[in-house]
Amino acid sequence: MAVADRRNRGAILALTGPAYLWLTATIFLPLSAMLYCSFLDKSPLVPQPPVLTLKHYAAFIDKAVYQQLMLWSLELGAIVTLCCLVIGYPAALALAKVIKGRWREAMFLMVVLPFWSNALVRTFSWAMVLRPGGIADQAIHVVVPGAPALNVLYSYPAVVIGLVHSYLPYMILTCYISLQAIDDSVIEAARSLGARSGALFRRVVFPMSLPGVLAGSALIFVPAVGSFMEPRILGGAKGATLGMAIEEQFTVTANWPFGAALSFMMLAAVLLICLALYPVARKRMEGL
Amino acid sequence: MKIGPALLTVHLWLVLVFLYVPILVMAVLGFNASPLYALPFQFDLVWYKALAGNAKLIDAGINSIGIAIVNTAIATALGTMAALAFARYKFRGQTILQLLLFPPVAIPWLVIGTSMLVFFFWIDIKRGLFAILLGHVALSLPYVIVVVGARLATFPRAVEEAAATLGATPWQTFRRVTAPLLAPGVIGGALFAFAVSFDQFVISYFLAPPGITTLPVEIYGAIRKGFTPEINAISTIIIVVSMGALLLTARFYRFGGER
Repeated sequence: MAVADRRNRGAILALTGPAYLWLTATIFLPLSAMLYCSFLDKSPLVPQPPVLTLKHYAAFIDKAVYQQLMLWSLELGAIVTLCCLVIGYPAALALAKVIKGRWREAMFLMVVLPFWSNALVRTFSWAMVLRPGGIADQAIHVVVPGAPALNVLYSYPAVVIGLVHSYLPYMILTCYISLQAIDDSVIEAARSLGARSGALFRRVVFPMSLPGVLAGSALIFVPAVGSFMEPRILGGAKGATLGMAIEEQFTVTANWPFGAALSFMMLAAVLLICLALYPVARKRMEGL
Repeated sequence: MKIGPALLTVHLWLVLVFLYVPILVMAVLGFNASPLYALPFQFDLVWYKALAGNAKLIDAGINSIGIAIVNTAIATALGTMAALAFARYKFRGQTILQLLLFPPVAIPWLVIGTSMLVFFFWIDIKRGLFAILLGHVALSLPYVIVVVGARLATFPRAVEEAAATLGATPWQTFRRVTAPLLAPGVIGGALFAFAVSFDQFVISYFLAPPGITTLPVEIYGAIRKGFTPEINAISTIIIVVSMGALLLTARFYRFGGER
């Protein structure tokens, strides 16, 4: 194996080198540069030489505004993830275990199709539906004439609806993959041993699909916490998130080091939450 | 237990309604004559005609398509090579290299985009189409490697050995045996790469200088100024293009696994 390893080293380097050089230059070096930038006392845009400092991290700890934004963003991420799980899991279950054959293939495609359409455009479409005098408003007035005007756009629920719409296919996809992998004979065996539907789900199906649930939750929670475009279009002034604050540091106030520090605080918070939940999830999976 | 499956199926249909209704509403309103989205609906192509005269949007569209095509070529080539290395060789560090594919997908684009902005500023790559292309390829690579890798995982190696035994040179084996068998995976990966780039907003937003934009960046600017049915029209075109790309992908890449 070791000899073959050496002989193949040239080929391996030639095949993987270009892709990983590219990733290094456009992902890993920029992230390192961003981390370094978060310790600079002034923006790289200023000609004076910068000095290393911790003041941007201190500012985050001092200013309650940014902690509040962080809490709101984490809460938004948690609510969106939970909604996606509650709505997406049963849909994945239907897809994996109820619907069969060509219908399954067609409906699976229908679920992933909007996922590959532009997130910005989908957010805009919700603004279209939820705006005062929009389609939702008019539909309600047809059913209940004289109902008060719907005031959903530029509110917190509008942001949640938009984000759930954006990320729901992720959850359905990951849950479907792990549900589909459960052999039907396992379910049959549990049933013939006397398991009722509730117990069957609680003790067999759900624990076996937990990897998909966790993968989907992580894939949704992380970008939802960092969202800024959806809150800006659907939430207006009421949907303030940490993501919006970070974006402003780069596009409006040009305070790059502070924006970088906020970004890493956000990444750290998200990572800590995922790490804290990991042992709980693993214990649950070991209990199979 | 008879009620359970029926309820689940109904739920799945409701989810599909939730996913599609806003998109359909938006598309339909792009064909409505009223500039204020007033109903009753009156069919008119006025907003599509207005698009044809909107030079800024057309320029942005050309930029988007150009970047997506170049991105697809680069990401597919580099990604397929890396996937081949992972499938054909077992080597030290392989797991680490494969784990390194997660950050571009898992870290919020906001953080990746702003990091690129900072780094490219330092190494003096100007904001613009080239910088945007650099970023798009990075985001596409993990998708191509995973999709092509999935195809390689089910690849019948014995066929290649048979070709070699029957006297084919390595190049002949690659061209006549390996390449045709691998093609569906590569085409699937390429379409993914195209969709990633064509839909990418966040990275492009931070790397686009004033005056040069891609379609999503241009649309974001327009939305922030106010809603017009012209945005509906261009959005509908984008949705049709990217959904078309995915439907094509589905012909080459088996979704949902085997049954």
